[in-house]
Amino acid sequence: MADEPTLWISGHLAEKIRAHGAETYPHECCGALLGRDAGEVRGSDPAKYPLTPEREILALYPLVNRRNDSPGNRFSVSSEDVLSAEKEARAHGLDVVGWYHSHPDHPARPSAYDRDHAWPWYSYIIVSVQNGVPQEMTSWRLNDDRQEFSPEGIEIRHRAAV
Amino acid sequence: MPVKVMIPTPLRPYAGKRASAEFQATTVGEALGHLTKEFAELRKHLFTEEGKLRSFVNVYVNDEDIRYLAKENTPTKDGDTISIIPSIAGGNS
Repeated sequence: MADEPTLWISGHLAEKIRAHGAETYPHECCGALLGRDAGEVRGSDPAKYPLTPEREILALYPLVNRRNDSPGNRFSVSSEDVLSAEKEARAHGLDVVGWYHSHPDHPARPSAYDRDHAWPWYSYIIVSVQNGVPQEMTSWRLNDDRQEFSPEGIEIRHRAAV
Repeated sequence: MPVKVMIPTPLRPYAGKRASAEFQATTVGEALGHLTKEFAELRKHLFTEEGKLRSFVNVYVNDEDIRYLAKENTPTKDGDTISIIPSIAGGNS
């Protein structure tokens, strides 16, 4: 636990990700995670900032899956969508700190395809949707060597709106 | 005046936390070469082992996608801005 990064998200936003996965089932949903990353503050002295989350999701930016050819097991977000998510984040004083997508009828584990296409630093939330019903939700970060993902804890927190 | 390379947020930890860097370069490929020479850890995130730009790495000169220009041979001139813009992909199995 000590070495595992943790992502804070409200129960409301976590539920919205699940709902998006159910809504687009049997296709994959996708969207941007907007929030703040304070990892360096916490990393410098975790004991000193016990209430500062390393990374916190404060809003979502749902997107349309651009993979018309295989939307049941692939998702794609164009560079134009990325720019538009970044613009939306900036308008709220936030950053794009990651992305979420669903795995219809598959576990919430990153695939080799996920890994091959991942960026470092971003949080990748995956929600498994079985028979249309959202199940487990996990979060992952790509390792520096690009060889695998490391799990990231998800902590459901409620904070005052920013 | 050199060309300016904008570094996307996920790659800044590998580039001394910088948001941009400036280089003297006459093509996009030359600028990216300088960038990955100065910040060697960036290379594996931008290029495949065969040295090709990864499919989810999009490069723009000012507002033009280099895929529709001359790719990495796209010429640059002083004052141009090269932006590295992510696209995001994934999926099960």
